[in-house]
Amino acid sequence: MKVLGYLIVGIFFGIVMFKSEAASWFRIYEMFQFQSFHMYGIIGSALVIGILGIQLIKRKKLKDFNGQKIHFVPKEKGFTRYILGGTIFGLGWALAGACPGPIYTLIGAGYVSVIVVFLAAILGTFVYGLLKDKLPH
Amino acid sequence: MDIILQPWPWYVSGPLIALIMFILMFMGKKFGMSSNLKTLCTLCGADKKSEFFSFDWKAQRWNLVVVIGAAIGGFIGMYFLSPNPAVNINPETVSTLQNLGFESAGKAYLPEELYSLGALTNIKSLSILIIGGFLIGFGARWAGGCTSGHAISGLSSLQLPSLIAVIGFFIGGLLMVHLLFPLIF
Repeated sequence: MKVLGYLIVGIFFGIVMFKSEAASWFRIYEMFQFQSFHMYGIIGSALVIGILGIQLIKRKKLKDFNGQKIHFVPKEKGFTRYILGGTIFGLGWALAGACPGPIYTLIGAGYVSVIVVFLAAILGTFVYGLLKDKLPH
Repeated sequence: MDIILQPWPWYVSGPLIALIMFILMFMGKKFGMSSNLKTLCTLCGADKKSEFFSFDWKAQRWNLVVVIGAAIGGFIGMYFLSPNPAVNINPETVSTLQNLGFESAGKAYLPEELYSLGALTNIKSLSILIIGGFLIGFGARWAGGCTSGHAISGLSSLQLPSLIAVIGFFIGGLLMVHLLFPLIF
């Protein structure tokens, strides 16, 4: 039953990514050219609702569907890994025009070539794992 | 029905993304897509090569189900909900892209020049897909998250590391589009 729940959430996410055009290379390019509000509107409105909702969860101490407290694990403090890793990610995001969620959406939409991006992203993750201890964090 | 078949405006899409994050939170999980790439590495045996991949991947199975769903969602979006998938970007963006050689700008969902099947036999476009994908995977893991984990979940819970990462995403994206694109295309 739970599996079905995750599947439905995923299907919904995929439809939203496709129909919002956040999965389109063209929208990413247009965003980095500052020639449309579309992508900023998507991220911005998701954030406003996200921030308000999380404040509500924290203040009302809301429980999840299993009755457990909802945890917000703070991300590890730091600067170097976030700015450098973020920059590398941004270079790839703008070049391939896809991020790690929409990759699956685009493959499902029939763009066979996106499988190349997907496999290369797995390889990139693997190489990070090999070099992790040599990189500044 | 016609409204659903049109591209969805930002003020519908953004709140729906927040809703997805909240549903996952109430299911006891975190909204973050790039960690699936790490899980897939472990499934392929990467834990034998690096400690980084030694973790209980079974605890991440739910997220693999989410991305299988994301693929099905893409199929539904493309074949049932989009009579015309062409992305109507700013005409200025279209002419900039046409000057760079992207004839399909404004006429397709993804640029034919990079993503058509024929482009796979072109060494330049194939290299772009491979390098782009590699940077996405490497950078996301180094930064500990991607657009969903940092720009949506992390910023929503007001985390400074996520803000730094998102600033990095934009530094990288702007460098690519403004400095490197004129050299590549």
